Amino acid sequence: MDKIGIYTVPFVIAAVVTIGAIKQVDIFECFKEGAADGIRSLISVAPSLIGLIIGVTMLSASGFFDIVSDLLSPVCTAAGIPPEVLPLGLIRPVSGSGGTAVLSDILTKYGPDSLIGKTASVMAGSSETTFYAIAVYYGAAGIKKTRNTIPAALTADLTAFISACLITKAFGQ
Amino acid sequence: MLNYIWLAMIAGGFVCSLLTGRMEEFSLAAGSGAEKAVNLLISMAGVMCLWSGIMNIADKSGISAVIARLMSPFLRLLMPDYSKDSEELRAVSANITANILGLGNAATPLGILAMKKMQQSNRLIDRPNDSMVMFVVINTASVQLIPVTTAALRSAAGSTEPYSILPLVWLSSGVALAAGIAAALILRQRKTY
Repeated sequence: MDKIGIYTVPFVIAAVVTIGAIKQVDIFECFKEGAADGIRSLISVAPSLIGLIIGVTMLSASGFFDIVSDLLSPVCTAAGIPPEVLPLGLIRPVSGSGGTAVLSDILTKYGPDSLIGKTASVMAGSSETTFYAIAVYYGAAGIKKTRNTIPAALTADLTAFISACLITKAFGQ
Repeated sequence: MLNYIWLAMIAGGFVCSLLTGRMEEFSLAAGSGAEKAVNLLISMAGVMCLWSGIMNIADKSGISAVIARLMSPFLRLLMPDYSKDSEELRAVSANITANILGLGNAATPLGILAMKKMQQSNRLIDRPNDSMVMFVVINTASVQLIPVTTAALRSAAGSTEPYSILPLVWLSSGVALAAGIAAALILRQRKTY
């Protein structure tokens, strides 16, 4: 499984650049344009990310996550979920920068290539900031009632959370 | 919402560090967190630029159009309110393609456009129709080729294999997407029509 991920990156980069060149796209200009966009989006999230990383670091230093993990570890272990990733599952649907801050905290604390680090990465990669997406999209359309959207979207998030744990445990080592 | 989360983190952290006797660590954490955040932003910047640059080439080379075409039969199945060449479905598939390629900045405006177009023909007026619900659910399952932010965070944390998780992410996203779609279908209330 590891190999697929490792080969995907050079394959995608080489394929995209080659296809671009064949289609006579100004590839380096396009790269610069996209990279500038990347910088801009990073700068636009910087203030909220800094604020939330300060918050997560403080909460983490207070020992809060350790207490929660200890309390929930019997339940989680029974379900095959590492308790250390729970805070990520809680904040991810609500705040993108908060999810980034918590994932970064987990990766530095337990190591990005540990089972916990990988599980958290898969979890973050396969879920979205659900409430933000709902607010932005329905807000733009002027929709007030959401019918079955929230339960369905949260089903997707909860499934991502559990499947990330199970899939990483089964294939990630 | 973020006001409450932030307050909970800081006030909750304060109370918790009183109880655990870790006030010293807690007070240091404010400064070290700020510093860590800036370091993180800098170490993420390279990977973010790499992928937004590459994916912009993909977009301009017509790869987006190919993905959109491949997706079209599935979308028509999931959003039967709109015909194959309708403006609505085109906008929806542009948004989902941008998400797959990780063009986050482009995806949100495209999604808003898709939503506004769907709303124009929405007979339920202040409630989303089934296709609109489906669209939001697909968006929240995060289907993407390269999870750029996660990969950037993994490299910033010193991973020896930041991309080894890719197949696991694809699998997990796929399972979540299927569950979200199934839940949206099951939880439909026909009586609202």
